Amino acid sequence: MPTQDIRKRDYSLTGPEGERAQQRGLVAAQWYATPIPRTKMKELMKRKDGPAIRDTIIWFCALAAAGVLAYWSWGSWWAVPAFALYGVLYASPADSRWHECGHGTAFKTAWMNEAVYQIASFMILRPATPWRWSHSRHHTDTIIVGRDPEIVSPRPPVWHVIAMEFFKLYGGPRDVWRMLMHCFGKLDAEEKEYIPASEVRKTCWESRVYVLIFLIVIAACFYYGTIKPAMFIVLPSFFGSFLVLMTGLSQHLGLYEDVLDHRLNTRTTYMNPIVRFLYWNMNYHIEHHMFPMVPYHALPKLHEAIKHDCPEPSPSLSAALKEVFTALVRQRKDPSYTIVKPLPDTAAPYEYGPEAAAAAAD
Amino acid sequence: MTYEGWIAACDAEDIDEEDVIRFDYEDRTFAIYRSDKSEYYATDGYCTHEKFHLSDGLVMGKHIECPKHNGRFDYTTGEAKRAPVCNALQTYPVKNEAGQIWIKIS
Repeated sequence: MPTQDIRKRDYSLTGPEGERAQQRGLVAAQWYATPIPRTKMKELMKRKDGPAIRDTIIWFCALAAAGVLAYWSWGSWWAVPAFALYGVLYASPADSRWHECGHGTAFKTAWMNEAVYQIASFMILRPATPWRWSHSRHHTDTIIVGRDPEIVSPRPPVWHVIAMEFFKLYGGPRDVWRMLMHCFGKLDAEEKEYIPASEVRKTCWESRVYVLIFLIVIAACFYYGTIKPAMFIVLPSFFGSFLVLMTGLSQHLGLYEDVLDHRLNTRTTYMNPIVRFLYWNMNYHIEHHMFPMVPYHALPKLHEAIKHDCPEPSPSLSAALKEVFTALVRQRKDPSYTIVKPLPDTAAPYEYGPEAAAAAAD
Repeated sequence: MTYEGWIAACDAEDIDEEDVIRFDYEDRTFAIYRSDKSEYYATDGYCTHEKFHLSDGLVMGKHIECPKHNGRFDYTTGEAKRAPVCNALQTYPVKNEAGQIWIKIS
């Protein structure tokens, strides 16, 4: 197995690491995938509207109920748990619906995917088109340093950024700033790396709509002389993002960088049914990265189909986070520290990437 | 087997209805589709967004979805239908003669 790079690295998309990854054959490369018979794969990929319609109705009903509780508890201490519940039900499903509808796999009907994608993007304060392209790059070059714009934490970890993200205080202001720039037709250097020129106009108009909604919410706050309107729209994306961060941290952190096998850089975690509903089964994250065309409702079946070829999943979200934070603490002093997960005897060997293959040939 | 620019690609029954298979010829790769009405079509084999085989993707009606990024094309015209694909696919004439599928590449 390859040793991990121990130099302090530049994780930006505009630094030298992108070119280095290109030279190492890590860019837009072929990734390992567990062989699955075509008939089985077609069954797993099959699209349905039913599960996503059901889940969307449940989500919005639960959000409305929590909203009523929050509204009536305003002015009392009960408002704290009520808004915490509202925030989690606002931000966490918005994150997972943004993700799954962005892939276009949640619903069979295209316009339903797009409608929920646009709504969820606004709720989670992610400019819809830029994040579509950012996430596309994340799937092309998953955890390839200098290429993947969605690496949550560099090595060594930047603790204050992780702490700020409990309330979305790092990524949130960054995305709002980008939206403001989009209103004037400007993209920052990182966005230009992955958003094609043909999508810039759409990006700008989407951000103008977002900013218009911000202005309406701010105006409502002034008009009514209370922050209450913003507590139901926009601010829940910040105060409700705790679970978004927890599930996000569990996806890749502590595992390998710069490899071409999702079993090495991605973590599958068993989670309880409530979190799985909120997270739309993205706890099956190796499965999702290996086969992104499989919809969320089929991921448990996909997991059963490939688990003989994958490392043992983390038994719970808390176990996964314990593993992640233990690794981050060790990476503070030793950035090369990487969690190595053994494969079952039934699995094909890990494919580390072109350098490892060349070393093995030597 | 070739004649007048037509290349024998596969048997008609090699492809399930509403499915796709990969066909490699010389140094090129193609995707051959059978629609739900048993009409046959052919396109370049790689997605125009990134170099991934469309034959691993999902056929839905007249659309093919790339297995890597879920971009979509109309495989009957090659038109790009869903991001992240922006550029159209090259399509090729196809004919079914006595259960043999031929494609014209040149």
